[in-house]
Amino acid sequence: MIEASTDALLPSPGSRVRPVRDPFHGDLLEVSMGPHHPSTHGVFRMVATLDGETIVRLKPVFGYLHRNHEKLGESTTYLASMPYTDRLDYLCSMTNNWAYALAVERLIGQPVPERAEYVRVILAELTRLLNHTCLAGFLLQDCGASGTPLMYAFREREKILDLFESLSGSRMMCNYQRFGGCRVDPGAHWLAAASRVTEGYGRFLDEFEALLTGNEIMMARTQGVGPLSAKLAVAAGVTGPMLRAAGVAYDIRKVDGYGIYPRFNFRVPLGEHGDTYDRYMLRILEMRESIPILRQALAEIPAGPIMDPKARLRGLRPKAGESYGRIEGPKGEIGFYLVSDGTPNPYRYRVRPPSLINLTILEDLCLGRTIADAVIILGSVDIVLGEVDR
Amino acid sequence: MNPAMETPEQIRDRLLARFPGAEISLVPNPAPGAQPSLCVGAAHLREAAVFLRDDDALRLDYCSNVTGIDWPKPGHLEVVYHLYSMALRHGPLVLRARTGNRADLVSLPSLTPVWRSCEFQEREVFDLYGVVFEGHPDLRRLLMWDEFKDFPMRKDYVEPPDYEWEPTAHDAVAAKAALQHPAAAAPSPAPSPEKT
Repeated sequence: MIEASTDALLPSPGSRVRPVRDPFHGDLLEVSMGPHHPSTHGVFRMVATLDGETIVRLKPVFGYLHRNHEKLGESTTYLASMPYTDRLDYLCSMTNNWAYALAVERLIGQPVPERAEYVRVILAELTRLLNHTCLAGFLLQDCGASGTPLMYAFREREKILDLFESLSGSRMMCNYQRFGGCRVDPGAHWLAAASRVTEGYGRFLDEFEALLTGNEIMMARTQGVGPLSAKLAVAAGVTGPMLRAAGVAYDIRKVDGYGIYPRFNFRVPLGEHGDTYDRYMLRILEMRESIPILRQALAEIPAGPIMDPKARLRGLRPKAGESYGRIEGPKGEIGFYLVSDGTPNPYRYRVRPPSLINLTILEDLCLGRTIADAVIILGSVDIVLGEVDR
Repeated sequence: MNPAMETPEQIRDRLLARFPGAEISLVPNPAPGAQPSLCVGAAHLREAAVFLRDDDALRLDYCSNVTGIDWPKPGHLEVVYHLYSMALRHGPLVLRARTGNRADLVSLPSLTPVWRSCEFQEREVFDLYGVVFEGHPDLRRLLMWDEFKDFPMRKDYVEPPDYEWEPTAHDAVAAKAALQHPAAAAPSPAPSPEKT
């Protein structure tokens, strides 16, 4: 209950602030945001405690999309888990597939043919373009730029989804990688189509950046908002573009050199301030680096088998042991840890979810900011709830 | 993976020299080309973790992955940490810790004070396996709701009878539904044969 003082009822000589006797003055307000709020990118929920408009405490609440993915993985065969990995980060099913295939290939010592390695790189970089484009669109949507940037982002995403569809039969749930290669050969027509998308992408990025990068409102809303220090980022296990926006040069494509990435010459962009603007900008720069990788891979891809002919898919029974396979997914380190006891099902099937672990520092970034800032900070973290909650 | 890092054997020897009497053993990994992991007793786990993080030659400043594993056969719960170094770009080192049993001795020291990235992941292991991390700043369930009683990732977890529900239940689902809702499962009176 807020009572205005009596003298405020008198005609005011000019504009002035009314003194307010507020019995609740000094109390904190708890706001539960989500799981149905559209700005939470799914069924994420955060409980924010506000002092006035300032966030003084923020606790994420998880589990609204939890289906115990890891238990499902333990109850099926190795191969049968492959389509489930699509449903983790459903924007990036191709990289999820690759990380899982990599973990199983390490567990059983399975080689991968050259052509399949190239196809994997092509698909992973296309997925990176797709994910980062969508992220930029969503981030602008969160800033309040309703529709326009997201519409252009989705127009480009559609072209990549068409490629995925014609290759794997599905736009998002691709289920394409296998242990020891890929499911079907892309063929010359598909590669030509992928080249056309690649060649057009730089032009789209120029157009997209003309709309966004120098935009005054965009800069005012994101620069200096939610700065992340390199020290905290490393300690909190933040990976992917968020980590590099904080200035830490750690890209698993360079560090591990998995697949055939050492053959590609690309730069790893780094941020300076670690704020929301850097996180946006870093994704744009990463997309610009993905285009030459795609170009080189599409030019150099050799003929040959797409699957190792000796690869065993059905009836796979790895010997007892364990392995961890990780790749640089668009959101960060996506990894799979497998423990085998010699039976057809994994004894333990663990997903290392970059979306969840990158949220560790959400509260640190939001303290002292407003709810409106928390929304765009969350947007710049880039989460997909299928992976956060598993 | 990176040859620059010491082997787990060397790391074990250095840890034993630094913490005499600590329970540190190597767990072999028979997978092809895989390295063994380091199993550290609960008494020295926190000190060993700080050593691994701060030692100049190792600098394992990045704890990537925290996994719980249930082993009903030897009878313990296990927590596996995958450590990397972002500063020196090497790794992984696989660190394991085991609880005393699966019933009452389920405590382990939390490594969240050492690596902040363990915060949510240890909460998840607590949630799904029931490992109690001593010294964790905020040990609550992460994915299941707070009122949930059991630990669903354990191998002997039995799902409740109302776990599955079908509008036209039959066979195994009908038997489960009958346990949960006996009244609904009672057969409806059969139509009398006189009526045509």
